Amino acid sequence: MTGQAEACGVDAHLLQTGDELVVNIGPSHPSTHGVCRVIVHLDGEIVTHAEPVIGHLHRGIEKMAENRTYLQVVPLTDRLDYVGSMYANWAYCRAVERLAGIRVPERAEYIRVVMCELQRIASHMMSIGSTGADTGATSAFIYAFNQREQVVDLFEAVCGARLTYNYVRPGGVSFDLPDGWIEQCRAFTRSHPSAMVEIDKLLFGNVIARQRLKGIGVLPAEEAIARGVTGPAARGSGVDWDLRRDDSYSVYPRVDFEIPLGENGDAYDRGRVRLWECVESCRIIDQALAQIEEGPIKAEGLPRLLAPRPGEAYDHIESARGSLGVYLVSDGSVRPYRMHVRSPAFQNLSVLGYLAEGHTLSDLVVILGSLDPVFGEVDR
Amino acid sequence: MRIEELREHLCSVYPDLCPLFSVEFGDGTLTVPADRLFSAAQDMRDLGFDLLGMLTAVDRGETFELVYRVRSREMSAAIFLKTEVPRDEPRIPSLVPLWPAADWQEREVYDMFGIVFEGHPDLRRILLPDDWEGYPLRKDYADERIIRRPDYI
Repeated sequence: MTGQAEACGVDAHLLQTGDELVVNIGPSHPSTHGVCRVIVHLDGEIVTHAEPVIGHLHRGIEKMAENRTYLQVVPLTDRLDYVGSMYANWAYCRAVERLAGIRVPERAEYIRVVMCELQRIASHMMSIGSTGADTGATSAFIYAFNQREQVVDLFEAVCGARLTYNYVRPGGVSFDLPDGWIEQCRAFTRSHPSAMVEIDKLLFGNVIARQRLKGIGVLPAEEAIARGVTGPAARGSGVDWDLRRDDSYSVYPRVDFEIPLGENGDAYDRGRVRLWECVESCRIIDQALAQIEEGPIKAEGLPRLLAPRPGEAYDHIESARGSLGVYLVSDGSVRPYRMHVRSPAFQNLSVLGYLAEGHTLSDLVVILGSLDPVFGEVDR
Repeated sequence: MRIEELREHLCSVYPDLCPLFSVEFGDGTLTVPADRLFSAAQDMRDLGFDLLGMLTAVDRGETFELVYRVRSREMSAAIFLKTEVPRDEPRIPSLVPLWPAADWQEREVYDMFGIVFEGHPDLRRILLPDDWEGYPLRKDYADERIIRRPDYI
């Protein structure tokens, strides 16, 4: 048995009794990060088997999409990953644009990149903050949410919404940037990296948090690839794979950025990868804001009712959780014949049982948090 | 390997399927009969397609179309593998032995379409309750609780 017990110098066997106890956690439990139920088999305090039971938030969004026009589906995609609505908006719109052959104006592409990088910060702040809360470092939670709040204010100034933005639309974005927004955004990207250094010291430099996170839930790189884990959860294991660079889309080829990688694949590395991604996101935003030019924000001459020619299209983007893809099938009518969302949160969560085995029950919560699942997207 | 090279390579390995290899919307598509899916997928994996990105199904009336999207990090290429299974007896070999990533995604397709993945280690419903009746993403799924939007949009 490995895990925290050994990291703390306690013989794991002392925590075992030889009797197995089955404990049900959730579906409504403050530490399950949403409505997730986990059936845990315990031997003493050691997890011998953990099985996530999902679907409590299943709304049948894929079925609902078949009954709506292409534009009416956009608000549904907001409700997938509700911590990062911009991503699902964008992935869906990219699939529609590919299917219908729509060319997006350059300014709209820049705005999308800026919004999605801001969204990455907002989403990672939620994840890092809750990592702090899970390990007892509540102050880190407050510091992270202070940063998230500033991003959400920026979103509110652009589209009026703070959670479900419905901002990226097929062919462009719904509103142009308001006056003074770019300066407000620059002020944020100036102050954000130093806040990240502060959180790095406060949370990841803290001896208690280090003990709670280091060596917990180790995911080897080859397992991450085989099990379809993507995003920061895979990059924490050193998998050098990021769609922004490796299947570059939109205006990402025109900006310069690094992809932070972890080494050990534990909860600590996954968390820190997220932290440094936020700093890189600031770099991307600064470059995009410097390159952005005046121009239209929506493709011209788009019909109100899109009816793409029959066919299929798949497109994906790098969301805060990994490769988020949308597969669309059109039969030539005004409604999608089939929409499928390739959810990174769903795929990442599938390794929970593998990671939790051999750890203590309290580490299970940390491992779940380090995978950063959002159950709107897991259950769809 | 670019998509054209990939196409040439696949045409030399699968001469009879080459007419079914099409490049539309940027990615290659290889359509195989259901009984050759597993061996084709195994070839793909051995060619270096190490990521199973997406796995889903589409209700095509008489048949269900299964869509697999595999990706190679090294070649920076992706390809769709497609196959069809008859609606009255939807069975297909599971790809979990090749890519463990297929585990939950195959369970989801089973849950939503009722397609049986032979050889899957733990084929159960995943999103819906175990006692749910019917397969919701089939086009003929009927549930009186579904509210149809009027046809005028």
